[in-house]
Amino acid sequence: MLAKIRESEALWLFRRSPAAMLAALIAVVIITAAVLAPWIAPTNPYDLSSFSLIDGLLPPVWQDGGDPRFLLGTDDQGRDMLSSILYGARLSLAIAGMAMAVALVLGVGLGLAAGYFGGRFDAIVMRIADIQLALPAILTALLIDGISRGILPRELHDDLRLGVITLAIALSLWVNFARTARASVFVERSKDYVQAAIMMGQHPLRIMLRHILPNILGPLLVIATVDLASAILLEATLSFLGVGLPADSPSLGTLIRIGMQYLLSGEWWILWIPTIFLVVLVVSINLLGDFLRDLFNPGLR
Amino acid sequence: MAVFILKRLIQSVFVMLAVAFLAFSLFSFVGDPISQMTGVETSLEDQARLREELGLNDPFIVQFARFTGDMLQGNFGYSYRTREPIGAMLLDRLPATLELGTVALIISLIAGIPAGIYTALNPRGVLSQSMLIATLIGVSIPTFVIGILLIFLFGVQLGWLPTFGRSGTVEIGWWRSSLFTVDGWRSLVLPGLTLGLFQLTLTMRLVRAQMMEVMRTDHIRFAIARGIPWRSIRYRHALSNTMIPVITVIGLQFGGVIAFSIVTESVFQWPGMGLLFLESIRFVDIPVMSVYLVVIAFFFVVINLLVDLLYLLIDPRLRVREAA
Repeated sequence: MLAKIRESEALWLFRRSPAAMLAALIAVVIITAAVLAPWIAPTNPYDLSSFSLIDGLLPPVWQDGGDPRFLLGTDDQGRDMLSSILYGARLSLAIAGMAMAVALVLGVGLGLAAGYFGGRFDAIVMRIADIQLALPAILTALLIDGISRGILPRELHDDLRLGVITLAIALSLWVNFARTARASVFVERSKDYVQAAIMMGQHPLRIMLRHILPNILGPLLVIATVDLASAILLEATLSFLGVGLPADSPSLGTLIRIGMQYLLSGEWWILWIPTIFLVVLVVSINLLGDFLRDLFNPGLR
Repeated sequence: MAVFILKRLIQSVFVMLAVAFLAFSLFSFVGDPISQMTGVETSLEDQARLREELGLNDPFIVQFARFTGDMLQGNFGYSYRTREPIGAMLLDRLPATLELGTVALIISLIAGIPAGIYTALNPRGVLSQSMLIATLIGVSIPTFVIGILLIFLFGVQLGWLPTFGRSGTVEIGWWRSSLFTVDGWRSLVLPGLTLGLFQLTLTMRLVRAQMMEVMRTDHIRFAIARGIPWRSIRYRHALSNTMIPVITVIGLQFGGVIAFSIVTESVFQWPGMGLLFLESIRFVDIPVMSVYLVVIAFFFVVINLLVDLLYLLIDPRLRVREAA
């Protein structure tokens, strides 16, 4: 019943917020297009036979010399920019989404356990969280990447690139989840219903997941949304710095790094279209996050 | 008060020891230094001798103690990549990063604090609303894109400012500064803005939240009830209480400035420590990575210590509590 009221209220607020609706629309369109890239993209940018040098450096269709086959123009190899961007966004979103999911499970798990069991375990987890909070995410991710390069042999490291980047991002984002989960355990643990559940001899795992976790679904959703945006930015930054994904499987950040070479030339689309795409995607996800935050914190409204 | 300072000092030493331990583990477990330093033609006996000479056969704790002792004496070892002493490499790069970071921090505070105060006092104003939307977009644009935008606008389109590198430097002792020539300032503007803009959004949001909080407290309500003029309430009563957490913000922002200076230095090819760190990651230059880590942690600890001491100076309540 309560959930129903909240839902309808959320929907009502959502309908009244044009920014949130527009952001949701853009985010949904981009994410859907990225996921469906193999089916809707005009060409496959990984398939060397699908493009040729003759089509190199064509501008977008609306500009003089544009070719209707390539809506957003082509790069120096004759690759269709639209296809590259869709495939790149797919990769970026996959990494960011996975990293966010890993961070969520890890953070919520550690946070719930730390809050529930307290004591030394709590102290250790929270000390690590404090240190990590002082270290900015980019530094953590760079360090993890650097260490993995040192430990793994070169070929293996290149094969595991995707996993390493995902893990590096996930490990730099788990803290927010952990702190939120832990704080809510402290609030809920002393309440009667949790005490009753403990008295009935329910398993701690069941108490944490069934009784305590539902209380923080709202805040978790907000953090997950905002962190998804951070994860996309992190991946793009790492790839831009050249320590992310290699150039043969370009994400949005890699595309921008390649496009930087065209900054001084007239071929503006190679740099600016992926950049605008990335910024629009992140802005819309952040706008959604802001809307959700206001929704779950009525005091700020 | 002396006890408090002493306690914080001891804590700081422990933090530094923990970081040194981390750096040392990196150094000793990631990659074999002998195989990094020697070529294929070095015989096994020579390798073993080198291993013994470098003390790599000693117990872990002895090696760690030697590592810490070396660090304390400023003996940071040699880079795998360039074979140069790391201390000299870092010292050479330090001024560039410090000057860039300071300029960025000043930009973020000079613009961020007034903007935060304004948006907190006029939450419904058109200007405030547009500033808030701007900050939301600001945090969504990655630092490197801001850098590219500025390069494109001021470097390529308008041709006003140099787009990369650090020119017009003047040497004062070992400190190579770009603050004393027009050329130096011109090359500092774009990287400084890039690094400062992101911090600015954070400063503004924090000051705004803090100010709004203070405006809701009892003593402000009481001041309003007493009929004290608005001007005085806002800028005397509220502002002085807002400024205390802002000091913490400066401390916190230091980490962000260091991290994003890596990105900024990469975009502008600014020859600072961040660029060196990035190169050391690409070339798996573990000694440089671990020393960078220790140096950054040291700055961090010192700044946090200073912030705590500043708190004592500024906030009389803390002094009373500590004395009691």
